[in-house]
Amino acid sequence: MSTYTNEQVAHLAEGTLDWETTFRMLSMPKDNSRFKQYVEALQKKVSFKDKIVLPLAPHMYIVQTAKKQWVIKCDCGHEFCDYTDNWKMHAHIYVRDTEEAMTEVYPKLMAPDTQWQVYREYYCPTCGTLHDVEAPTPWYPVIHDFEPDIEAFYKEWVGLPVPERAS
Amino acid sequence: MNMLSNNETGFADLLKNGQTLKQFRDGIIERTQKTGHYNGLEKLELRDADPIGYEKLFSKLRGGLVHARETAKKIAASPIVEQEGELCFTLYNAVGDCVLTSTGIIIHVGTMGAAIKYMIENNWEANPGINPGDMFTNNDCSIGNVHPCDIATIVPIFWEGRLIGWVGGVTHVIDTGAVTPGSMSTGQVQRFGDGYMITCRKTGVNDTPLRDWLHESQRSVRTPKYWILDEKTRIAGCHMIRELVEEVIRADGIEAYEKFAYEVIEEGRRGLMSRIKAMTLPGKYRKVSFVDVPYKHEDVQVSSAFAKLDSIMHSPCEMTIKPDGKWRLDFEGASRWGWHTFNAHQVAFTSGIWVMMCQTLVPTQRINDGAYFATEFHLPKGTWCNPDDRRTGHAYAWHFLVSGWAALWRGLSQSYFSRGYLEEVNAGNANTSNWLQGGGINQDGEIHAVNSFEASSCGTGACAVKDGLNHAAAIWNPEGDMGDIEIWEMAEPLLYMGRNVKANSGGYGKYRGGCGFETLRMVWNAQDWTMFFMGNGFMNSDWGMMGGYPAATGYRFEAHKTGLERRIANGESLPLGGDIDPSAPTYEHNIDATARIKRDKQCMTTEDCYDNHDLYLNYLRGGPGFGDPIDREPKAIEKDLNEKFLLPEYAQKVYGAVFTQDAKGAYVVDVAKTQARRAEMRKERLARAVPVREWMKEERERIINKHASQAVQHMFATSFALSEKFTKHFKDFWSLPADWQLLETELGVPSYGSKHRMDLSLMPDVTTVVQVEE
Repeated sequence: MSTYTNEQVAHLAEGTLDWETTFRMLSMPKDNSRFKQYVEALQKKVSFKDKIVLPLAPHMYIVQTAKKQWVIKCDCGHEFCDYTDNWKMHAHIYVRDTEEAMTEVYPKLMAPDTQWQVYREYYCPTCGTLHDVEAPTPWYPVIHDFEPDIEAFYKEWVGLPVPERAS
Repeated sequence: MNMLSNNETGFADLLKNGQTLKQFRDGIIERTQKTGHYNGLEKLELRDADPIGYEKLFSKLRGGLVHARETAKKIAASPIVEQEGELCFTLYNAVGDCVLTSTGIIIHVGTMGAAIKYMIENNWEANPGINPGDMFTNNDCSIGNVHPCDIATIVPIFWEGRLIGWVGGVTHVIDTGAVTPGSMSTGQVQRFGDGYMITCRKTGVNDTPLRDWLHESQRSVRTPKYWILDEKTRIAGCHMIRELVEEVIRADGIEAYEKFAYEVIEEGRRGLMSRIKAMTLPGKYRKVSFVDVPYKHEDVQVSSAFAKLDSIMHSPCEMTIKPDGKWRLDFEGASRWGWHTFNAHQVAFTSGIWVMMCQTLVPTQRINDGAYFATEFHLPKGTWCNPDDRRTGHAYAWHFLVSGWAALWRGLSQSYFSRGYLEEVNAGNANTSNWLQGGGINQDGEIHAVNSFEASSCGTGACAVKDGLNHAAAIWNPEGDMGDIEIWEMAEPLLYMGRNVKANSGGYGKYRGGCGFETLRMVWNAQDWTMFFMGNGFMNSDWGMMGGYPAATGYRFEAHKTGLERRIANGESLPLGGDIDPSAPTYEHNIDATARIKRDKQCMTTEDCYDNHDLYLNYLRGGPGFGDPIDREPKAIEKDLNEKFLLPEYAQKVYGAVFTQDAKGAYVVDVAKTQARRAEMRKERLARAVPVREWMKEERERIINKHASQAVQHMFATSFALSEKFTKHFKDFWSLPADWQLLETELGVPSYGSKHRMDLSLMPDVTTVVQVEE
């Protein structure tokens, strides 16, 4: 199994890792220490002090607050909701449901027909980061994408202590 | 006392253990269910006692399978097989469970196994009998084949008179004799028009194809030369592998071989669980994807009035990764099968999914049926992925499979991202289309059919650390190749007027999806020639990821009465290269003004006539993007502009890039001004957005009032009819009144097949093989 330095993992998270190392990461068996190194690298990047429990997206994390609650947080500091909730329900949304709105982003004929499909853009209400673009039919329920089993992951898969969580 | 002989009772004792094949298979299933280990193999005795010998056995067999594929494919004349590599060879144990498979279209890891199991369950050993030197041919989609153009030759392997396994070879043939030409045609709406259908038929004895089979099969398709050479390819590969197995047994002994043929499957089962634990994260992942079925349009000409409606494939997937490393793929809520050729048999999932997984979760040589045994599949009966009617058409099952599986990439990639394996993230796969198909009399004066496999090189999804690959791959063939222009021009009476990277086809993002490409083809030296389009147009089947956008959708361009014959003779301007910006098209300026042009989003059509010098644009799709586009490096935008992968208007609108052009026309992006523009864009985003719960109130009103297109309502109605769970979730989410409902009957479109259906299992003397939770 290959292992990587903290610096290499930090470069990976930053998108600046050299191709040779990236290729080694792709082709060799996975390094089980990656998660710990990755979270540490991200922790150094964010401006808040809350402990990152699980990264969810490039600008979104499940964090442990000072009161030991697990919440979903944008890296601008905006808190969306409890970690078990669907963060999208607490976001701001812009729906591209007209031809005009679609042709803002794609040339003519290269975007969906909005009678069939719409784009739902979910923004952080504070900083305007685009966290997700859903592309469902009209009427489709907002999707709760991911419910991680964090305790099993920490305890059974990567052998790390589970961060404390206030009940 | 008179005793019935084995022949009279139909018991062939092929295994020389007093058991029928079915009894033997039942025992394996029972031991697997009882212990959780394949065939009850809690210990891998051979591997543990002699790990080096075990690996040598593995390498010899796997190497031989790959070698047989590489050698046999040179026999084929079809560019689909010889250029694109659309073939695969798989070794099975006696009960049809896959031991090892070659490279290539490994979706067939289990499809031929499903055929073997069908023969076992339906007592083929009694009639027509299974003997050394036999060959069986299958392409029946109702017992596990993906689509009829994948023709399988299956050969039993005997050792000292005892059946010890099977080898199967499959090629994607160029035509199946369906209602319309091409291997995956659209003109039919039922199995009965899907082409020549062969159900595990004995087609050879003593290693020789039967003459009735040769005569019948070749005249049942439009392309007999390709057909027969494809068959020779399959037979040669199968016989090479059979000889390899015999050689291995001579060297290592029958006991070791047979232990290996079962242990390696248990090892594969454990291997998948171990990969899941090494790479992913336990939890529930919910993703969904869709694709359009626009059959109402006048350019979709089918024989049945009940197929003339617009509908949508709905593929919701709940992926549960369990702490023990097993996983469950649940498609509850999927829409019903339909009257078209996009339906998929359950085995297309249980087998086919590994062609995708070998590109992400299990990029190893150890793909076999072990992965199936480590996976729970819930494919509700009656849905598009598990039809409950024996009339369903399957010629282009991939239209739905490619789209449905796009969601799985996103689920897995979420887990890779959260765990820090960013290098493995892939936002999804392109909708691998367009499919240029058609036929008529070709440049050699022969009846011909074509299916351009340029679709094997679409854009890939973006990664979390890099862009997707341009015009590089297809989900259904990890070794895809777009093929050489010169070869395609030999195989098709269509000259190339251009072959370009398709600008803006990759989904935007911090890392963009790979771009697709486009080829402009001119009909040349054909007679009575037809073509049609097949792909997505009104919808995307992929989504972007974590702020990335989906890839662009498809569109069609075709032109007739172009005047090109005269323009070429006179040296006038010609349409060459790409359709760079469909908002400001240029092809039209280089053909006669009186030309008849179709330029729209109707990307699903049926056979239409083309004269020489008519034009057809084959646009191959891009992949989806990853991350917020305003995080994209200005240098990457500059590069895309200069390589014409991105139109300047969208560099501004989507990426917030501020740029200039130098004297030579090269673009230079201003980093500071771009940063300032992006800050403004964040404000603009928030100014146009509303809190989700506010928007939901409006959307709820639209649902209450049933304000949506017929296609959308039809999709929901079929999903509601099949799943109480999905209906409840939908109504709960939108807080709909208890009496709110949506029925197909209220939509004013044909609902043929919505109530009355008959499954294959209801036919007399048929035992179907069920490999999923239904």
